[in-house]
Amino acid sequence: MKFTLHIWRQENARAKGHFETYEIDNISADCSFLEMLDQLNEKLTNDRIAHPVCFDNDCREGICGMCGLYINGRPHGNDDGITTCQLHMRKFHDGDEIWIEPWRAKPFPVIRDLVVDRTAFDKIIQAGGYISTTTGGVPDANTIPIPKHKADQAMDAAACIGCGACVAACKNASAMLFVGAKVSHLALLPQGKVEAADRVRKMVMKMDELGFGSCTNTYACEAECPKEIKRQNIARLNRQWIGQLFGRDRRD
Amino acid sequence: MKLDSKIPEGPLSEKWTNYKASQKLVNPANKRKIDIIVVGTGLAGASAAASLGALGFNVDIFCIQDSPRRAHSIAAQGGINAAKNYQNDGDSVERLFRDTIKGGDYRAREANVYRLAEVSGAIIDQCVAQGVPFARDYGGLLDNRSFGGAQVSRTFYARGQTGQQLLLGAYGALSREIARGSVKLHERHEMMELVVVDGRARGIIARNLVTGDLERYAAHAVVVASGGYGNIYYLSTNAMNSNGSAAWVCHKKGAAFANPCYVQIHPTCIPVHGDYQSKLTLMSESLRNDGRIWVPKKKEDAEAIRRGEKGPNDIPEDERDYYLERRYPAFGNLVPRDVASRAAKERCDAGYGVGPTGLAVYLDFADAIKRLGRDVVEQKYGNLFQMYQKIVDVDPYENPMMIYPAIHYTMGGLWVDYELQTTIPGLFAAGEANFSDHGANRLGASALMQGLSDGYFVLPYTMQNYLADQIYVGKISANTPEFDQAEQSVRQRLQTLLNIKSENSEKSEHSEDTPSHTVDHFHKALGRIMWEYVGMARNTESLTTAQRMVTELENHFWHEVFIPGTADEFNPELEKAYRLADYFELAHLIITDAMHREESCGGHFRTEHQTEDGETLRDDEHFMYVAAWEYHGHGQPETMTAEPLNYEHIKIAKRNYK
Repeated sequence: MKFTLHIWRQENARAKGHFETYEIDNISADCSFLEMLDQLNEKLTNDRIAHPVCFDNDCREGICGMCGLYINGRPHGNDDGITTCQLHMRKFHDGDEIWIEPWRAKPFPVIRDLVVDRTAFDKIIQAGGYISTTTGGVPDANTIPIPKHKADQAMDAAACIGCGACVAACKNASAMLFVGAKVSHLALLPQGKVEAADRVRKMVMKMDELGFGSCTNTYACEAECPKEIKRQNIARLNRQWIGQLFGRDRRD
Repeated sequence: MKLDSKIPEGPLSEKWTNYKASQKLVNPANKRKIDIIVVGTGLAGASAAASLGALGFNVDIFCIQDSPRRAHSIAAQGGINAAKNYQNDGDSVERLFRDTIKGGDYRAREANVYRLAEVSGAIIDQCVAQGVPFARDYGGLLDNRSFGGAQVSRTFYARGQTGQQLLLGAYGALSREIARGSVKLHERHEMMELVVVDGRARGIIARNLVTGDLERYAAHAVVVASGGYGNIYYLSTNAMNSNGSAAWVCHKKGAAFANPCYVQIHPTCIPVHGDYQSKLTLMSESLRNDGRIWVPKKKEDAEAIRRGEKGPNDIPEDERDYYLERRYPAFGNLVPRDVASRAAKERCDAGYGVGPTGLAVYLDFADAIKRLGRDVVEQKYGNLFQMYQKIVDVDPYENPMMIYPAIHYTMGGLWVDYELQTTIPGLFAAGEANFSDHGANRLGASALMQGLSDGYFVLPYTMQNYLADQIYVGKISANTPEFDQAEQSVRQRLQTLLNIKSENSEKSEHSEDTPSHTVDHFHKALGRIMWEYVGMARNTESLTTAQRMVTELENHFWHEVFIPGTADEFNPELEKAYRLADYFELAHLIITDAMHREESCGGHFRTEHQTEDGETLRDDEHFMYVAAWEYHGHGQPETMTAEPLNYEHIKIAKRNYK
């Protein structure tokens, strides 16, 4: 297969970026999108055309959350429930033009080309996205039975890989699906209930402080999430937020 | 070199208890004065840093990814073993210990393995307390499944994403310590060199991968939890950035490297399909609980399938050879990984392989779907089936999966004693980076157990035994000649690599000069040599060939590799290059180790040493030891010191799964 690629090139965080166009040929339909870019980089390097295109990637099996490209206007490209590394060229037509951009969101500044800085997500988690346990001194794992449907719901929310597609998809660059998933995962479990009120308050405040936008309920995040995290998690976050404002759990 | 494994006195079941009772501790006020460096944020690194930080030590933790949550532990699918015996099916610490020793083909240290089994239960308790959403049954209690090499159900799981959930648990604990200020996170930083002062590990040189700056970090102790070196084979189930360099620089600074030839080949991966391929995707071992592995009984059928004239569903039941069930009736499809991998290779080499290349076998769920219904199968394995379909474009509910063995895990690694300390005082190694618990073959769902055991429950104790004396030395300075020299050597190495071919050098086809190639070109070539000659089957001839080919390729690399850009910028090509340069050196050691071990055990299969029916043939009389290698400078042969394995508790037997 043959493609015309329009790729965002930007030397570093301070440089001005622009689109550059490259042609690539002899691509197998079974090849993954990132393997197609590998072949482009091989060509750019061998023929001394340009510095290879930088893009984040690691596990290449859809679980680490490292990769993330904005392809033809969609985070992770034109397929549902996948990360960029799971996108295959058979999803395109021979001769297609493909536009490739980095995640575009103020809290995710570009490092180089298609690589962005997502440490803002780590900062939100550090604000309270955990259960405060220290190693040792915990009860036996089967002490507290958890209804299967609750455990399953918690697992659905915990499947988030922190790739940032939800933020990239959102016109407001809101991180509500990411934060909602973590808040839900922990609040659904008895172990996480103890700190639930505090957690939601701290995480939402940190999210706002870092410059993520507000949620206006268009659910582009849900449509583009590679792990198909549901918008119900945003609703649960909102309930938790209201609860901590007025409910019994209110601390201060 | 003298090796002291420091195994505590007393009966096996009391060793760890005795050790903890008599070890030295650091008092809480003094912990604040002690600095610790942890390299790697996978299960071992994150859990160690979180636990040490919570105890009150000052920890600096480093990862090469943009976030600690992305370490490759995240990709582990199937589960984590623990001797909880929740299923009342006869499990115990003793049985988990025995299964692990036997699974490792009697090449692991008894005391370490027993401790691993002993703390396994506490790991599950810890993870549940952190909010890990393990699978549960309808009564709300934890569910289990079986993995290879075991006859009990002791594997805890969170769908097909167990590694992810355990890592997120450890990442949560780590994040809490970062927020509390006890741990400082350095993301997109790579350890480039170990700094040794007066024979003790005192710090590292790290490269900031965004700016290219070399930075100095000093500490009282260093923990290397940087994973394994499976990517030396280029195509493996490891993540693209997983590498052996952090462990390798420690080896070059004096830490012994143990059993490098023990490499695990996982039987159930999606087969190779093209030369542009960058990695192989694992299909979890848990699938062997319900999937049945087969190839056609008749060669004609296999050939017809390869030509695309027949499909798997055209082969009637009695024309199928369920070769694992045939050869190993007792364990069937749940034999350990090395056994299942070799059996698949044997069938394919004999001409019964399927798929376009003939290098694949079927993993069939038709029976399970008939027995349990599609819904149950989907609930258990849904995400794995989806992953398979996305990659291969075939529906595994309708057609059997095609699978083939691939490089997955490295049992070898930095030599450590009972305290997980390497031969350099103050340097500890944890998780896949050390060699300690899996012998010559790791059982499924034991990597997660070992990583978390090392990080949560072993290092926080054993490191204190070392650190108790360190309160007297005061703050370690990074402004010393040792740090100057370490930084200078890294700078020089990077410049040497960048100078091999300049931007202006001609590309390969038109050059009168020596040709030039990309880093990947050399990495793929190295991988092919390693897979072909140092892979699933090895012998004197193949290893000699490999030694020669690697030497030649390494020579070409140092004259022909072209690395664009500079060392002072974000430059992934340069990162790949220095990691590959280390892989060349490590390749020589793997081959040397494989050559010297004149026996077959676990993942190390020497064709000269096999039984009549193709099983591994150990030589306990001559090789029942850990081979620890010592570095003597570039190009110099390494010397081997043997640490004898004394089995006091367990009775050595032929490993039999029939």
